[in-house]
Amino acid sequence: MTEASRQFDFEGRIARDEKIEPNDWMPSRYRRQLVRMISQHAHSEVVGMLPEGNWITRAPSLRRKISLLAKVQDEAGHGLYLYGAAETLGAEREDLINRLLGGDARYSSIFNYPSVTWGDVGVIGWLVDQAAMVNQTMLTKCSYGPYARAMIQICKEENFHKRQGMEIMAVLSAGTSAQRAMAQDALDRWWWPTLMMFGPPDEESPHSSELIGWKVKMKSNDELRQWFVDLAVPQAEALDLQIPDPELVRDSKTGHWISGPINWDEFRSILEGEGPCNRERIESRRESHFGGAWVREAARAYEEKCRKKKALERESL
Amino acid sequence: MTSGKVVDSLWEVFLQEKNNSGHVHVGSLRASGSEEALQAARDVYARRGSPISIWVVLSESIVASTPADAPSFFDPKDAKSFRYPNYYKVPRTLKDA
Ligand SMILES: [Fe+2]
Ligand SMILES: [Fe+2]
Repeated sequence: MTEASRQFDFEGRIARDEKIEPNDWMPSRYRRQLVRMISQHAHSEVVGMLPEGNWITRAPSLRRKISLLAKVQDEAGHGLYLYGAAETLGAEREDLINRLLGGDARYSSIFNYPSVTWGDVGVIGWLVDQAAMVNQTMLTKCSYGPYARAMIQICKEENFHKRQGMEIMAVLSAGTSAQRAMAQDALDRWWWPTLMMFGPPDEESPHSSELIGWKVKMKSNDELRQWFVDLAVPQAEALDLQIPDPELVRDSKTGHWISGPINWDEFRSILEGEGPCNRERIESRRESHFGGAWVREAARAYEEKCRKKKALERESL
Repeated sequence: MTSGKVVDSLWEVFLQEKNNSGHVHVGSLRASGSEEALQAARDVYARRGSPISIWVVLSESIVASTPADAPSFFDPKDAKSFRYPNYYKVPRTLKDA
């Protein structure tokens, strides 16, 4: 088959909603874009453990502590599914991780904000995980089979993350005036960064139309953002909390909640590494990775020892 | 092999259907090599439906836990109810997405 007829065949398969599998022919750009997207997603799961991990030892009760611990463990698993999906495309896990540790790889902008109060843990589960669910629900329809299947697995687990966050928010919001203030303050700080998670507006999104054409993404950044806002506004109301957007209005014709303008300069400065926690996040990833090197070495040495022992046993038979 | 008889190796067969599932274990067979295993797997296990891919894996390459170990190997699931969404109480007005 010529390159052109392969390309034609590939596009036909996308049009018929067939899944592309690891051994199938695919345009090299499709492969590269997927590796970029899936590895960024994997890094986000891993770096995303840090703001919440920060609160495990300080959770206000044992009940809260086991929940948070279980959630953070889930996120580690999500990272694993996704690095695995990237490897089906020929990427090397070690490469991807080295790029992250070297500060050359991107991950979700949201995790460069600090988690300074217990209210932040509530808001992260309620809003950040919910925003991730919106994005990931769309990605369960992705044209690349292994990525779509990883998303199905992840979506099953996210519901717990969101609910534990909602419960924290509901308790704080119905609590003392200091607790209410903590919940509101957390919402005030996380609302806009959460909206930015969906990426730049459509007209400035460099990869969007290509990815949508390949059915890697099924919706644009602005469509996803709208989907999320429409979910979150009534929830904030039910929690009796104020969304920090004085221009937020409901379009009476479409029923959509329309946000005021987003500060994209803040978003861009975070992508350029100037967010409040960029350096700290990469620093702690490096510390864990290099600090844990002896554990990996010990595991390999043990494996080697077992192998030699078995070989000896076989010889003496 | 004490009898000196040549025995084909055992292969496990995994089948992927068209509906975006991963490969699912469907059974095993004996074959002298990977090529034969793949063809036999097709002839036996892919007779119906719309399969899109088959994996054959040497059975001896599979490392597995045993059902007898299950109670101690797996976490007792009912003791971890906090891993499920319904463990959390949220007001009814706070609608789920
Ligand atoms: Fe996750
Ligand atoms: Fe999550």
